[in-house]
Amino acid sequence: MKKIVMLFAIAAVIGFSTFSWAGKDLKVGFVYVSPIGDAGWSYAHNQGRLAVEGMDGVTTSFAESVSEGPDSERVIMNMARRGYDIIFATSFGYMDPMLKVAGKFPKTVFMHCSGYKQAKNMGNYFGRMYQARYLSGMVAGAMSKTNKIGYVAAFPIPEVIRGINAFTLGAQAVNPKVEVRVVWTKTWYDPATEKEAAKSLLDVGADVIAQHQDSPGPQEAAQERGVYSVGYNSDMSGFAPKAHLTAPIWNWGPYYVDVVKQVRQGTWKSEAAWPGLADGIVNLAPFGPMVPKKLQERVLAKKAEIAQGKAKVFEGPIKDQQGKERIAAGNVATDKELLGMTWFVDGVIGTTQ
Amino acid sequence: MYRFKITKRQETSIWHSCLIFFGALAISLSFGSIILALQGKPPIGGLTYLFKGAFGDLWALEDCLIKGLPIFLCSIGVAIAFRLQVWNIGAEGQFAMGSIGATWLALVFPDQPQYLLLPGMMGASMLAGALWGLIPALLKIRMRTNEIIVTLMMNYLAIYILDYLVYGPWKDPTSFGFPMTAQFSPGAILPMIGNTRLSLGLWLCIFFGIAYWVFFRFTRLGFELKASGENMKAAKYARIPYNTLVILVMVMGGALAGTAGFVESSANLNRLQPSIMAGYGYTAIVVAWIARLNPLFIALASFLLAGLRVGVEHLQLDLQVPAAFGDIMEGLILLTVLASAFFEKYRIGLRKPA
Repeated sequence: MKKIVMLFAIAAVIGFSTFSWAGKDLKVGFVYVSPIGDAGWSYAHNQGRLAVEGMDGVTTSFAESVSEGPDSERVIMNMARRGYDIIFATSFGYMDPMLKVAGKFPKTVFMHCSGYKQAKNMGNYFGRMYQARYLSGMVAGAMSKTNKIGYVAAFPIPEVIRGINAFTLGAQAVNPKVEVRVVWTKTWYDPATEKEAAKSLLDVGADVIAQHQDSPGPQEAAQERGVYSVGYNSDMSGFAPKAHLTAPIWNWGPYYVDVVKQVRQGTWKSEAAWPGLADGIVNLAPFGPMVPKKLQERVLAKKAEIAQGKAKVFEGPIKDQQGKERIAAGNVATDKELLGMTWFVDGVIGTTQ
Repeated sequence: MYRFKITKRQETSIWHSCLIFFGALAISLSFGSIILALQGKPPIGGLTYLFKGAFGDLWALEDCLIKGLPIFLCSIGVAIAFRLQVWNIGAEGQFAMGSIGATWLALVFPDQPQYLLLPGMMGASMLAGALWGLIPALLKIRMRTNEIIVTLMMNYLAIYILDYLVYGPWKDPTSFGFPMTAQFSPGAILPMIGNTRLSLGLWLCIFFGIAYWVFFRFTRLGFELKASGENMKAAKYARIPYNTLVILVMVMGGALAGTAGFVESSANLNRLQPSIMAGYGYTAIVVAWIARLNPLFIALASFLLAGLRVGVEHLQLDLQVPAAFGDIMEGLILLTVLASAFFEKYRIGLRKPA
């Protein structure tokens, strides 16, 4: 027992004597839900962090694989305690924990990705990924011969449902006969499960595999069967060069750099930001060599139209799976409708449960 | 040629055990520093950061205690069954059922006063956890099923039930479709101790820890349990009702893990959501073995393993070490400490060739 007490005493002495930070640089912290080596969601955010790290007078750090709930509250709180000036939390489940911490550290700037709650010192942000999903859907729809596309998806939440709908609308725009089959994995990051899910879709005749997952597992499954795939998050062509048609990808760097600049200049204000293709926060990965030039031009033309605001992804008439009209002809879905989307468009095979 | 000679030690002293334990810990830490060095990080500095992050500040100690609470409760739960050599791997599922039980009451009676609601939630969580423990116990004594398999499988079952509830009937309509229940009413949230972030769950831990010790040290039932665990045949010969004991340990273990689910959902999450499943039920098994089923050591090991987790987060911030380092260290500590048990019981010497 004595030894243990001694050990704690020593630990405490070491701790108190060396806990000090020189705080001239702006310190920016990032909280990730999966490992940065996932080639997906957290990888993309970490690329954004590296862009911030390249700025003068800024140091950054991160914590990865932080589970949502009490663990994330502690990690965010510790960043604030240790004098981080800006903290980016990049998963939905970090919202309430971050809001709690934000109340205790009014001088720290908190930024939450993909949520909806705000405070004076806590803003939220996300990207209109559905715009890039629509474009990738066009590519998939045109390349499918069986008219069956498989979609490996994580959780039936509005963000994912919105993406599947946009993807399907894009595919239908070039191929009206196409159907999109959805399998839920109930995980964001589990390479083996995602790969198995992709295989089950290939078994029922899908010849293009798309994904809303953070690992390249589904890409590998497509390559092994000699069919095509559409990636997500980052350019995944390295994992499946023969299969990878393109991917809707994140480009967080410019946005993160902009936020840090605003904070430094004192112009930052809490807001709900939802930039899209026009701001370059979402984009389309380079096309694979198998995508015909004509199709590439058609997709890029649409991309320009969406970026300029001339074309909208969710423009009526749009029917749901039961044939009920959800968005009337001539109407465009509002942001509120998009954020709370819990129904599939006609042409999707699967349930939102 | 010299040969190794293994002889059984006649007696073991507490100091000898302590020495071996810390020796094992030192070996796993040095393996850890080798891993750090392979990654191009400063090995000794890294361990210092780890230590400092976990125990170097009052709020760090508080963080470790908060994270250690559910591990401790689950761990003494499985330790009771391990004493009888019943391998209860099901703390994870019993924890899930406990959180479901507590949440159910919190959602059905949100307006009840705290003094009724909180004990009710605790009772519901213990009942739900106990039921989840009772099923594999009955299967074991009636159908002779293997409790390792059944309890493990029932973990998945419990998590699926939890998922079904938060994705379906219990989903908060204002959560934009995200899987979580509405936030609990103030009456359903365990109060904090003074100005800290520690909930009253700490007193529960102390109470159950002492109860565990008293039970095995001073009660006849506790003695019968230990005796049956060491030698089942002898116990049956002495007419100790083995089957009843199996039911008893599984129900008590389930109730304790269920309580952990109550504390975690009420005090720390303030709602039910899938991320409540942080693997405490499995960490609890590691803790119980490292601590050799002794309640005081279980408390210490829960605290230390929680500290490892908290420390690795700081290590990440300081040196950007992968999060997997925490899992690797936990595995290493378990391996070395379990392997060292051999040296506690046996002495190794060299024997001259005959």
